[in-house]
Formats: sequence, structure tokens, C-alpha cells
Amino acid sequence: MFAFILRRILQAVLVMFVISVIGFAIKHNVGDPVRQITGISVSETEREALRDELGLNDPVYIQFGRFLADAVHGDLGTSFFYKKPATQVILSKAPATIELVVVSALIIVGLSVPLGIFAAIRPRHIFSRVVMGASIVGVSIPVFLTAIMGIYLFSIQLGWLPSFGRGATLNLWGWHTGFLTLDGWLHLILPSLSLSSIMLPLFIRLIRSEMMEVLETEYIKYAWAKGLNAYRIWFVHAFKNTLLPVITVGGVQLGITIAFTILTETVFQWQGLGFLFMEAVERSDTSLLVAYLMFVGLVMVVVNTVVDIIYGMVNPTVRITGAA
Amino acid sequence: MKGLRTLCIGLVCILAFAGGLQAKTLKLAMDADPVSLDPQVQLSGGMLQYSHMVFDPLIRWTQDMTFEPRLAKSWERLDPTTVRFHLRKGVTFHSGNPFTAEDVVWTLERLKRSQDFKGLFEPFAGAKAVDKHTVDLITKEPYPLLLNMATYIFPMDSEFYTGTDAEGKAKDAIVKTGYSFANTHESGTGKYMVTQRQQGVRVVFEEYENYWDTDSPGNIDKIVLTPIKKDATRVAALLSGDVDFIMPVPPQDYARISRTDGIKLVTLPGSRIITFQLNQKRRPEFENRKVRQAIVHAVNNAGIAQKIMTGKATAAGQQAPEGYLGYVEELTPRYDLQKAKELMAEAGYADGFECSMIAPNNRYVNDEKIAEAVVSMLGKIGITVNLKTMPKAQYWDQFDAQVADIQMIGWHPDTEDSANYTEFLLMCPNKETGYGQYNSGNYCNPKVDELIKQCQSETDREKRAQMLKEVERILYKDAAFVPLHWQHLSWAGTEDLRIKPIVNVMNFPYFGDLVME
Repeated sequence: MFAFILRRILQAVLVMFVISVIGFAIKHNVGDPVRQITGISVSETEREALRDELGLNDPVYIQFGRFLADAVHGDLGTSFFYKKPATQVILSKAPATIELVVVSALIIVGLSVPLGIFAAIRPRHIFSRVVMGASIVGVSIPVFLTAIMGIYLFSIQLGWLPSFGRGATLNLWGWHTGFLTLDGWLHLILPSLSLSSIMLPLFIRLIRSEMMEVLETEYIKYAWAKGLNAYRIWFVHAFKNTLLPVITVGGVQLGITIAFTILTETVFQWQGLGFLFMEAVERSDTSLLVAYLMFVGLVMVVVNTVVDIIYGMVNPTVRITGAA
Repeated sequence: MKGLRTLCIGLVCILAFAGGLQAKTLKLAMDADPVSLDPQVQLSGGMLQYSHMVFDPLIRWTQDMTFEPRLAKSWERLDPTTVRFHLRKGVTFHSGNPFTAEDVVWTLERLKRSQDFKGLFEPFAGAKAVDKHTVDLITKEPYPLLLNMATYIFPMDSEFYTGTDAEGKAKDAIVKTGYSFANTHESGTGKYMVTQRQQGVRVVFEEYENYWDTDSPGNIDKIVLTPIKKDATRVAALLSGDVDFIMPVPPQDYARISRTDGIKLVTLPGSRIITFQLNQKRRPEFENRKVRQAIVHAVNNAGIAQKIMTGKATAAGQQAPEGYLGYVEELTPRYDLQKAKELMAEAGYADGFECSMIAPNNRYVNDEKIAEAVVSMLGKIGITVNLKTMPKAQYWDQFDAQVADIQMIGWHPDTEDSANYTEFLLMCPNKETGYGQYNSGNYCNPKVDELIKQCQSETDREKRAQMLKEVERILYKDAAFVPLHWQHLSWAGTEDLRIKPIVNVMNFPYFGDLVME
């Protein structure tokens, strides 16, 4: 296990390094930060002086070296817009995204497992057919369209739900949470449903097809022959083996979900990392941009590691430590 | 259990209702929030809107473009280079410090150090405190726009901003990209104090109890500003009642907002001109005045204002809109396709030619659509245009590098004065003086330069107007640039807000005077 963790840490460092190189490469094409922080009528001489001051006129490799030296000390530069260290800005925005993703994940798990299992056990049932038909539609509607339709229907026409933002948040030891206020929950409904809408159909279909496959296997037939309780066969024997591929896909999809938060958060003005990223691009807030990319890289590595560990727990035949 | 829940909800409702009775809160959504609490860190519309809420200028513009007293009660010209301001007595800053002439002197000195403002205040030698409530503003040369500039002097609390903070850094430092005391603390004389701020998320302004302007009808005690960048989200927030007031309003939603009960739209003609510059250094064809005139005649800007801008723009034939000193009534838009074709033939380009164009796609209202329309209009006189659009974050570098033959630029003068357009857009480009900084057409006419330089120190209004009008006529005759239209400004809010009296063409709504019925 120790060797495995160590290898993962090294992997993470490598991933972060590669991302920082890529981030730096695109940094210069995003635009000129100095333009964004000065009024339009400011003279060229003033701008040049500011570029010098910020070290933007140095050759790229010098800038990159400086960035790496700072990054080793945990300093990813200062956001031009927020006028604070980029890491601090990212950490302050992370709770919003984490809460959104957690709620969406719960919606996905809470709905896809029962629906998927039902559709597998009773494939000809009318309800199963409706679910499968709806999931095809769900997969093909882009997330921002779902979001805009949600806003139109529930906020503008019916006036039931707020149209943007996180609502009232409470500060718990620096973590601004929306979980503890009614207003916060109301604000969560539309964004989390929009975000889960893209993954939910996928998981329903995945669980259904895996489960159907498992139900055809020898050991399940044997279990039926033994006269075991149907529920026990479905939920203990079959479902456990259904889970393996689902976890693998789930881990990968979690990363994609983070990408989809960019769309969802932009539409709902949800003050999280995706929104932050879009804003950073628009404002050419280059330090923040690179910091965001590195942060997401770290999250991906961590998620994949956790998925591997869980996988090992669910399926003891996979031994992660043994692989050299 | 159920009873308890009902009770809780009931309590919440009662509390909310009781709160509503005490205080009038305005929920405001703009496309951006102030980048800092330091009014001198950046010269931008958003920062000036903020300055008008938390600070007061010496004097300010009214809706009909005259000046009205704020912290200065009255003023008179002493000599060609000096104007004396008599300051209001009994005004205090949010810190409780009294406001005096010394604060004005200190503020002007700091403005002259600010990267963004020093250019505007270049003509000023400084300010001199005559006594506690009298201050002289002194310019190096006679300067006709002294009062225009006084609208940018928002006195700061010199005592509050002097000294060093907990980190040992000077409190009056102007820092654009990092921490500074002034970026996160404010003490102005304005109606509102910043009580909460999460940058990019929300800013809460609450009324300062000792505010001096008790004559103002404004009755908003609290403003919650949420920046909502996406147009559709901002409009949805207004339609769903999550916010009471939005600015700007995207043109595609004008009709919808006007149709909706309980919400109204307010628009005003603005002074931001949208133009195309024809680069004479890159294209020999554009050096030919006839070709430039042909292009101006081929562009149906009235049609663009009507169709693309849904009538919320005024087609232009010159730079400065009506009400400005240099406005010439007879310089009207001149769309005439037949004449354009003739001019092209006379210039020897009956078969046309090919050229490139760039425009931003998120800077001006409908910028990309306008550019596309102009491309197809130029196609009618045989000019094939390859258009490339990009976000504003990348646009200005490309603009400066003059990567295309035709480039779009919009301009609104910081000085609210005609000369400013020409200084930046059409004077001969000069790195030393900074003139023609955005003249990517490389139009260069010594006569125009001379007139503009003369009018910079001409304090006789009538004479100055003659010069500025002369400039507009020359530019018109020369077809120095392609004028499109002046963008209108737009605001929308709930029925109970009296928006009309507080808005103006500078787009700094005076929220202190806003009345909620």
C-alpha cells in the first residue's frame, strides 16, 4: 500500500508539472492581463511599466522558472482580479463546487441504482420502457439547455425557485456552506438537477446492462436453483458484481462532471470553480487560470487513487500493491 | 412535528416582513462588481459607479450635461489657470473624520500618482487649500475642461488613508494586482458604506447615518449588489424577482422586459460611438479618399441601428453626439449604394479588392453582428472582407498590433468632450505625446492635429466649439473613419423604482437619489 501511495504522489507531481507547462503555454494566448487591469485611455508607457513590474516582459522560461520556484513553496501566484493569492481564491470557491457535485452525485446514485436495477429485473415492464426512453432523451439534451429550461419554467414562469447564485450561506470554519439554510437548499435544486441530468441516464443504462449480464451468469442460476430469496439474489449476489464497472466509470465520470460544472455554474452564476475558471479566462487572469488547471489535475489524481482503493476493497482479486 | 415546521416558516415570514417594513433594500445586478474599494485604482465604468455610491465628487454631471454641486457648493474662475471651489461644511467621512480642503489637495496628489488617472489629470498643477473650506484647483495652462475633471475628484479621507497598516505597508499605496489597505478599506463621504464584500459574489452597501445630503429624495437604505456576467442569467434574475434592478440590459430582451408586467425598461441615448478604422498604412487603397468615402456610403448604418440594434442606437455621421460641443447638425449618415459604386469606379476600383477585418465579440452591444452586416454591405461594392472576431481579452493586443486592414473600435470620452474622440482615435499617432493611441487607421491630418491642440487651452466656449466643429467637418469630408452609431444605454427595474431621474449618459446611476415607492 505504501509503495502504491508513493507512486501515486509521484504521478500527481508529474501530472501537475505537465499541466503547468501546458497552462503556461496557453497563458500567453488568453490575452493580456495588463489590458484588463487598466482603463482603456491609459498610455502605452504606463502599461509597459506595469508589465515590467509584473515581470511579464521576461522571457517565458524565466517566468516559468520563477513560477516553479514559487509553486514548490505552495505559492501559485496572485490573482490579478481578486488581488489575493490564487490558491486562497481557489480554496474559497471550492466548497461551492464540492457541494454542487456531492448533491448531484447523490441524486445520480439515489435514482440510477433503483431505476437501473428495476429496468434490469423487469425489462419488459412499461415503466422500464419509459425510463429507458427518457434516458435516451436525457443523454442528448445539452446541460446548459436543461439549465435554461429549468430557469424558464421554475423561476420565471412559476416563481418557485431562485434563478441564480447560492443564496444564504453559513460560514463553518471557513467553509461557506449552503447546506444549513433553506435558502441554500432552494438555490441548490436547479443547478444540481441540471448537472445530474447529463450523467443520470448514462448510469441508469450502465447499471441495467451490467445487471442483466450478471443475472445470466451461472452462479445466479445456481442461487435460483437453491431457492434463495429473490431479493437476496438481486441485491446481494448480483448487485455486488454489477458495481465493479460502475465504480470504474463513476470515477472517470466524476472528472467529467467537474468539467460540466463549468457550464452549469456559468448559467446559474454558481460561485464555484467552474465559474471561476470562465471568469479567469474572460479576464485573462492568467495566474488564476494556471492555478485552477493544477488544482483540477490534483483532484483528478486523488479521485482516481481513491477509486483504485475502493475497487480493491470491493474486488479482492484486484491487488494494486502487487503490481510492480 | 408538522406544527413545528409551520410555526418556523411562519416565524421566518414574519421576520422577513418586519424587516421589509423597516428598511428599503435594493437588490441590484450589474455585469461586474467593483474591482477594488480604492476609487483610484482603475478608471472604468464600474469603478466610477462604485465611487458615486461610496464617495462624492466635488461636482457631478446632470442628465442634461450641466454641472451640479456636490461636495463643492459653488465655484468661480479666478484667472485663466485657477478655479476656486467653496466646499460644503459639516460633511464627515465614514470614519467620522471631518471633510476639509486638505482632503481635496491630498486626493488630487494621489490621482496624479495613479496609473489610470494621471493622464486625465496631466493638465493640473495641483490643488491649494485656501482655508478649511476653500480650495483652488490650478492647471499648468489655461484648461477648458477643468470642471469636467472635477467630476472625477472624489475626495478621500486623508487621515484614514495616511500611515501604515498592520503589515507595515503604506495605506495610501495604489496597488493593482495585490493586497493594499485601500483595496479592502474605504472611507468616503458618500451615502453608502461597504459593510460586506465577497469579491465577484456580492457587495452590501448600507446607508451612512451622518450623510450630508438630507435633501435628496432617495430612500434606499441598503443595496445588495450581485455581479451577474451572463446576459440571460441577469435578465432571468429580474424576471423571476430575484433582483430589482439590472444594468446593462441586453437588446434582445428589450421587447420581453417591456412586455412583462411589473417591470420597466429605461433607455437613454449614449455617447459611445462605434466605428471602423480603415488602415492606410496596410492598404494603399484606403489612402484614396474616394475609396474611404465609398465605404462610408456603402455602410447602411441607419439600417444597422434599426435592425440589429432594434432601434436602440442612433445612426451617426460624426464622432460626437448631439449635446456635445463639436456636434454639427448637418453631418448626417450618408448611406447611398449607387453613389458608393460610382465612387469606387472613379477611384479605379470598379472590380473591388480583398481585405481583412477584426472585431471583438463581447465588448460592444452586438459587435459581432454589426461586423458581419458591414462585411456583407461592403460585398455589394466589390470589397471582399475576411472577418475574424475574438473576445475582448485578446482583441486589444491584436488591435494595437494592427493585424487587419479594417478594425472596429468604440469610444466614449472620459472627459465628456468632443476633443477626446479625436485625440485618441484620429490624431497622427505619436508615441511621445500619446496622441492617436487608438488610431489604427493611421489617418493623419496636420490641420486636425493643430485645431485639437489649440482647443486644449481655449477657455472661450464659443471659439472652442467652432474649432471642434471644424474638426468634425474635415473628418466627414475626408471620410477619416466609418461611423456606425451611438449605443444607447439601458437599465431595467421593478415598477416601484423611479429609475428615470437617477440615470445619465455616463452610465453612473446616482443610487443615493433612487426612490422606491
